[in-house]
Amino acid sequence: MIPAAFEYFRPTSVKEALALLDHYKDEAKLLAGGHSLIPLMKLRLAQPRYVIDLGRVRELEYIRESGDQLLIGAMTRHVAIETSDLLRQRCPLLAETASVIGDAQVRNMGTIGGSLVHADPAADYPAAILALEAEMRVVSSQGERWIRAEDFFVDMLTTSLQPGELLVEIKVPVLPPRTGTAYVKVAQKASGFALCGVAVVLTIDQNGVCQHAAVGITGVAPKAYRARAVEHALRGQKLDASVTAAASAKAAEGIDPLEDLHASAEYRAHLARVWCRRALEQARARV
Amino acid sequence: MAKKFVGERVPRVEDQRLITGRSQYVDDIVRPRMVYAAIVRSIYAHARLKEINVEAARRAPGVIAVFTGEDVREAIGPVPVASQLPDLKIPRHPVLAVEKVRYVGEPVAVVVAEDRYQARDAVDLIEVEYEPLEAVVDPERAIAEGAPILHEEFGTNVAFVWQLSGGDIERAFREAEVVVSQRMVNQRVIPVAMEPRGVVAEYHPGEGQLTVWTSTQIPHLLRTQLAAMLGLAENRVRVIAPEVGGGFGSKLNVYAEEALVGYLAMRLGRPVKWIETRRENFLSTIHGRGQIAEVEAAVKRDGTVLGLRYKIIQDVGAYHQLLTPAIPTLTGLMATGPYKIPNLHVQVIGAFTNKMATDAYRGAGRPEATYMLERMMDRIARELGLDPAEVRMRNFPQPDEFPFPTASGLAYDSGNYPQALRRALELVGYEQLRQEQQVLRQQGRYLGIGISTYVEICAIGPSPALPFGGWESATVRVEPTGKVTVLSGASPHGQGQETSFAQIVADELGVGLSDVRVIHGDTAIVQYGIGTFGSRATAVGGTAVYGAVQKVKEKATRLAAHLLGEENVANVAFEAGQFFVKDRPERRLTFQDVALAAYLAKSLPPGMEPGLEASYFFEPSNFTFPFGAHIAVVEVDPETGDVHFRRYVAVDDCGRVINPMLVDGQVHGGIVQALGQALLEEAVYDENGQLLTGELTDYAIPKATDVPWLETDRTETPSPVNPLGVKGVGEAGTIAATPAIVNAVVDALAPLGIRHLDMPLRPEKIWRAIRGA
Amino acid sequence: MTRTTIEVTINGVRYRHEVEPRLLLVHYIRDVVGLTGTHIGCETSLCGACTVLLNGAAVKSCTLFAVQADGAEITTIEGLGEEGRLHPIQEGFWMKHGLQCGYCTPGMILAAYQLLQRYPDPTEAQIRHGIEGNLCRCTGYQHIVEAVRYAAEKLRSQKA
Repeated sequence: MIPAAFEYFRPTSVKEALALLDHYKDEAKLLAGGHSLIPLMKLRLAQPRYVIDLGRVRELEYIRESGDQLLIGAMTRHVAIETSDLLRQRCPLLAETASVIGDAQVRNMGTIGGSLVHADPAADYPAAILALEAEMRVVSSQGERWIRAEDFFVDMLTTSLQPGELLVEIKVPVLPPRTGTAYVKVAQKASGFALCGVAVVLTIDQNGVCQHAAVGITGVAPKAYRARAVEHALRGQKLDASVTAAASAKAAEGIDPLEDLHASAEYRAHLARVWCRRALEQARARV
Repeated sequence: MAKKFVGERVPRVEDQRLITGRSQYVDDIVRPRMVYAAIVRSIYAHARLKEINVEAARRAPGVIAVFTGEDVREAIGPVPVASQLPDLKIPRHPVLAVEKVRYVGEPVAVVVAEDRYQARDAVDLIEVEYEPLEAVVDPERAIAEGAPILHEEFGTNVAFVWQLSGGDIERAFREAEVVVSQRMVNQRVIPVAMEPRGVVAEYHPGEGQLTVWTSTQIPHLLRTQLAAMLGLAENRVRVIAPEVGGGFGSKLNVYAEEALVGYLAMRLGRPVKWIETRRENFLSTIHGRGQIAEVEAAVKRDGTVLGLRYKIIQDVGAYHQLLTPAIPTLTGLMATGPYKIPNLHVQVIGAFTNKMATDAYRGAGRPEATYMLERMMDRIARELGLDPAEVRMRNFPQPDEFPFPTASGLAYDSGNYPQALRRALELVGYEQLRQEQQVLRQQGRYLGIGISTYVEICAIGPSPALPFGGWESATVRVEPTGKVTVLSGASPHGQGQETSFAQIVADELGVGLSDVRVIHGDTAIVQYGIGTFGSRATAVGGTAVYGAVQKVKEKATRLAAHLLGEENVANVAFEAGQFFVKDRPERRLTFQDVALAAYLAKSLPPGMEPGLEASYFFEPSNFTFPFGAHIAVVEVDPETGDVHFRRYVAVDDCGRVINPMLVDGQVHGGIVQALGQALLEEAVYDENGQLLTGELTDYAIPKATDVPWLETDRTETPSPVNPLGVKGVGEAGTIAATPAIVNAVVDALAPLGIRHLDMPLRPEKIWRAIRGA
Repeated sequence: MTRTTIEVTINGVRYRHEVEPRLLLVHYIRDVVGLTGTHIGCETSLCGACTVLLNGAAVKSCTLFAVQADGAEITTIEGLGEEGRLHPIQEGFWMKHGLQCGYCTPGMILAAYQLLQRYPDPTEAQIRHGIEGNLCRCTGYQHIVEAVRYAAEKLRSQKA
């Protein structure tokens, strides 16, 4: 219940935060909404010597449209994403995903950047981030770079962020017309994290033929993944129940599912297949 | 007298402080110069304690003292067990481990520091060297040949063997037309009261008194035990149960920390606070259930049950807590449930395992009995091709057969079991549901209807049946202004007796509800009492209040007669708070007038003592036996194994109802705890004895979104055991609902040939069963 | 370790204290300021007993450092109403028996407060979803649902 002691810094700009990060390096932890880090600190599973609180870096809290892209600051709270009219209209998948994270109190504090960087294999955002083919802008004192969603998640609790780098922005596309999306989740009953979460983006033409399909799955493997085999089986096909069912059967292809107290590997893979189909059906209905 | 309050949905008088944040739980108590304790706990389930290095901790900032088991073994007596069974093995249970640890979470050392952060920091500085031993966590393995032995002095992990017989079980099986048998596991679950345990202790050297504030259901019993453990005179120990944030049996106990913190306060001369973390609560507050049973029923083809045979293994844990061995005996006593089953044999083997002790958790042995029996009734119905409701109806005793003697030796006080089941079947629309079930099955949908009819043993209980007294006490003290103070020996912690007792008193004395104040939970204020558990507070404690108030009324009436100049007391009436002579109603004395006169004592009848108060210790002649019928309706998603509730109907009969709103609340809460056990909860230890479900992140208790709308109804069959006619309702939901829900799921899966599944019925388990079918 | 000075307004009263950075907001509120109506039921941000309003938003005060709340306006249960002048949500919990042991109640009430700000006329499902982050082991939640409905009606009629 009681964290170990640490030194505390509260920068008000990205520049200041980067300077601190450069100085304290891996002895420092960045504190965003705190809902991944603080519980670990209270159980003393994390004992950073320095904590850099990004809570006052106001420049990282925004949701805005820029051409056919939507830009979201890393310190944007889940609740802001859940309730953003802009996102609900232009990229409802992200808002839908945010609406089922944790609980109301968690969504009021937790941030999209904090969640993504923590890279919990059962977090909700990664599925949507993958399905949306989002890009992440990271900065360091050396400059900045963009990381594609698929390159961002490396392994359980590991991202491709390098020491000294800070995630500042998430870019998702404004979804084109005739596009339906859905995020469905089977929650681990105690923690509320995903045993299986499936995010789907589907674009279907006038004739019912699938032009674009992207499926992101979280909770099932050590890191969230794109279900490429499902997508291939859908693209160019006239979508009906049998096509989506056949495609969904490939939802766990080529992955090594997690196994723990809450679900076996076999069941997780099964959930991925079932809920992939259900998510596809839902997305299709929303086109 | 007309009842103004009893029977009404009176909002609770205790709520004002609770909803405004002005109540006081243990952690809210602050004493001058108070310091904080934190406990070092074993990380091994079974190990020899080699060396404990406390030097670094002693030198840490703010640290005042560190104690290990060796330091306190002489000074603090062992954690007590009250239950007695023949040949019960009682291992010494030190407050801090000595020589060996036997479960993960067992206290090994304690640190005291100026603040809670420093105390927690110092815990990390204590180095404990263990020599790990092989652990045994599975109770069946624990009692098999070659298992590692927890307590060498016994040479076995068998803690006890207890048997109960009634009728002629061998004959029942000889005469059976069909024998139905089933192995069932009643998994270990964790109570998870929202307030973890906590203790504040303060020693007053001037008076030689130790005051202990602790989150307990049994302040007086605890005081007696603490005095013994600490070598103090009982009248020098004051135990206060302040606001208690839920117990469910987990605080019906005497814990190591309660004595340890008391000792620290005396030893250090400063008040000491210890507050359990949730992790500690999972590891080292008692668990519940934990039974593995082989059940066999001897039945006739018409569904009549001739006899039942139970072989039960009770997972004891590493040590006994206060009532550990008694819990499965309640299972045995209730093994024939609400049925006329004349022949019974129960054998219970208690097994020591390298885990936290099991003990009383809401229902305490009775949910286990009801679960097994209600699963069996459904198994029997299926085996014989009969309707499960019909099988139950056929085995019920009829209302005119009460008091009904059971094969386990009990006498059920009163009941009308067919009526309760009929009511539940009507409410749920049983016939129609069965038809719909057929239709849906054609469509590949799995609707299940689960019935549970139950009887529970409550108002615990007559003293000869308990290791301590089974009575309850009350003092009703009328103050000179006519305000009434009630001191109850019960120790409610959410059940609402500050209200229901006030309802009883206000009606009897014709005063307002706000004129009555109920005080409980402080051994320096309240006469000795037993406490709140076993659905006893209203049936036994409320009856004590009723008894005391009758004495007060009797004295007040005698005084009123004297003041009214009437020689024959029988001619004096007391109505709506006023005394008058029946044929001269114009001259009246208010209750307040008489109270004041009793204290002014200017004119008392010869021989009457001044003052107006009375105590009453109510010894019940029998337990009470609430009963009812619950029906769950679920649909199972055959693809994922998810269980979706359609309906939940509960018809309970808890005798006369003092406050229907409180009864509903008890029933709801009980059902939802049962739902937790049926679908979600299980204490999982790995083979090394590590608790894998040791936080709320891994142990799921029901959330608001997991729970269906509960449709409650009642029948009302008064108990003849007490003048109020009440039976108790605290545990009914927990006892009834678990089998109703499991029966519903298994019923849904019946077309697949699935006959039984052990709890918790998580989706994966159901999915596997469907796949394997 | 360096201590940090923080200023917060709790229930309209301004406080200024020097605190260790690791001090959890809930310990600050309870142990430093002395408002003990906010409770602690777990260490994993799941039970919701410690819920307070931080700048109007319900948060779990066990999952914030007090330093993060520097400059903030906080409302605890003590700031919502008082005996004799209950907030409609408190009144709902009282009239509908939405509590038993009372330990989860302050957090539950504050979660309900936010819920009703977002959904003035909530459905049963919205109520259950809105209090999902608050565990209650006593009531089975049904009376809490009724309490929130009662409060919703009362608040709507007050506005009308």
